[in-house]
Amino acid sequence: MTKEITFKVFRYKQGDPAPHYDRFTVPCDENTTVLIAMQDIRRDQDPTLMLRHSCHHASCGTCGMRINGKEELSCVVKVLDLGTPTVTVEPLENLPLISDLVVDMTGFYQRYTAARMPYIRQSEFNPGAEPPEGIDRYTRYENCIECGLCLSACPVAGSDAEYLGPAAMAAAWRAVEEPRNGDGKHALNWVDNEHGCWRCHIAFECSEVCPSNVDPAAGIMNLRRKLTGSSLLRLFGIKR
Amino acid sequence: MKSYHALIIGGGGTGGALAHDLALRGLKVTLVERGEVTSGTTGRHHGLLHSGGRYAVKDKESAVECIEENLILRKVMPGTFEENDGLFVAITEEDVEYSRLFIEGCTDCGIPTHQLTREQALAIEPNLSPNLILAVQIPDATMDAMRMALRFFATAKHNGAEFKTYTEVLDVEKTGGTVTGVRVVDHRSGKESVINADIVINAAGPWSGKVADMVGVEVPIRPSPGVMLALEGRLCNMVINRMTPSGDGDIVVPQRGLSVIGTSSWVVDDPDNLGLPSDHIEKMYAEGEKMIPAVRKAPFRAAWSAARPLIGPRGADTGRELSRTFKCFDHVDEGVEGFVTITGGKATTARGMAEATANVVCQKLGVDAPCRTREVVMLPHTAYFTG
Repeated sequence: MTKEITFKVFRYKQGDPAPHYDRFTVPCDENTTVLIAMQDIRRDQDPTLMLRHSCHHASCGTCGMRINGKEELSCVVKVLDLGTPTVTVEPLENLPLISDLVVDMTGFYQRYTAARMPYIRQSEFNPGAEPPEGIDRYTRYENCIECGLCLSACPVAGSDAEYLGPAAMAAAWRAVEEPRNGDGKHALNWVDNEHGCWRCHIAFECSEVCPSNVDPAAGIMNLRRKLTGSSLLRLFGIKR
Repeated sequence: MKSYHALIIGGGGTGGALAHDLALRGLKVTLVERGEVTSGTTGRHHGLLHSGGRYAVKDKESAVECIEENLILRKVMPGTFEENDGLFVAITEEDVEYSRLFIEGCTDCGIPTHQLTREQALAIEPNLSPNLILAVQIPDATMDAMRMALRFFATAKHNGAEFKTYTEVLDVEKTGGTVTGVRVVDHRSGKESVINADIVINAAGPWSGKVADMVGVEVPIRPSPGVMLALEGRLCNMVINRMTPSGDGDIVVPQRGLSVIGTSSWVVDDPDNLGLPSDHIEKMYAEGEKMIPAVRKAPFRAAWSAARPLIGPRGADTGRELSRTFKCFDHVDEGVEGFVTITGGKATTARGMAEATANVVCQKLGVDAPCRTREVVMLPHTAYFTG
């Protein structure tokens, strides 16, 4: 079953006085994702359309955009499931715009890496399984795929440009929760300020849009709890 | 106007690895890519760091390349791989028959094997099929396809290479029989310009035939797509391969909280138009559940196609018969100077492909500098953005 769907796509080229929207009609079947529709537009209608994409299965985090106003990974949103005759596609918010659907991830990564979270973690899958000879324990990748959806959806990031943001603080919590090759103190100190975990309004938009179940809001709350606990202990003269 | 020693067309793993190699040898390198880096084939594979086991019976040249590169990459990219090994699982008597050839092939290629009984294998991977008869452990590992390749880009950038993304090649500039640079359009602004270089390297993967057409040389590339299926839930910690000759749906790769099943194989003309055949998706379920029954009930996450850049005559039809090994073409024998193509291969062998190509490039430019990518530890993937 193929249906003609209209896409209203955000456009901006450097030097343009202002952004505008272009409309494209694309035949979509039950497998067509928003990402594939954007690539089809690029191939058949406008080779200048810019977008980021890589893995096509929600593992790399590059294809984040706002689809009908909501932050999504475009590779796993099937067009016909949206159920709207027109689909609006816009770049992520709270990140500098480069062109069309592409934003600059430099600032995101500067904050994300500041917590020094190692990328490989201990696997919690099949806890009953014994690793084979030669392997100490099973490992796996961290859940966060660095897509920036949480930052785009965060109301605080829109009003405080210095806010560390949900992804970076979720990474900080991981560094505290499972320190691996550090003790997590650096991460705790890093978030303990007015642009860090105390600035969060508890809107939970970040956890709502996270495609990887990282739950940054819970991470931020855990950081607050940990810091409160540490300062209480300090108050009673106990060092931790 | 700024000029470069080497200009690379294509920002996939091959182009990134080549930029890294050439930058370490002291060359002034730039790379142009029409989209984001790793937006072609590189980012879309299932994420296997091959042990070589998959090729040990029928394509020994590839198998040996894989195990050599597997061991090098673990050293120079610490923290990139889930080093949980892999299993080849036999679930029929025919599979058990094949396991003898398999172990023999692995031994010939220098791939260590460790045979496990049904009970031993189920103890380490409880989701395996109850029909399991035996398993063979081999040093497969998993990678995040994009992030592994980004380490080449990050390190090359640190060493002075310049990456021009969203910059599409419109034409190749020639003086007489010599390629002198490329005419490009920057899609951020729509501005066109010419970038000059002493040598231009075509590393466009499945698109390398299109680039070669601009120069008027022949590259025997076959864009050969495969369908992959990602399911919610991590069904295994090790890479699970079927103990059969290479075929559809013969592998399950764990990746974060997902399980990726691959793959099928056919041949297309246009790497920008792959399609996604529904029967291939069903085939992934059907073959995957023979190894791990939980595949059938796991929630769907994504299905997609990716085009391998296989080398072969334009005319073969399934893609399975083409060798997975890579080729570096110096087009001087076709009367074109200053233009080299590197194509074929796979993520596991990208470093090795780059070394072979950089040797050719340096020889053509008269640069005497040894390859250092076997020893130099690479920066983390995040440095591509922060560096």
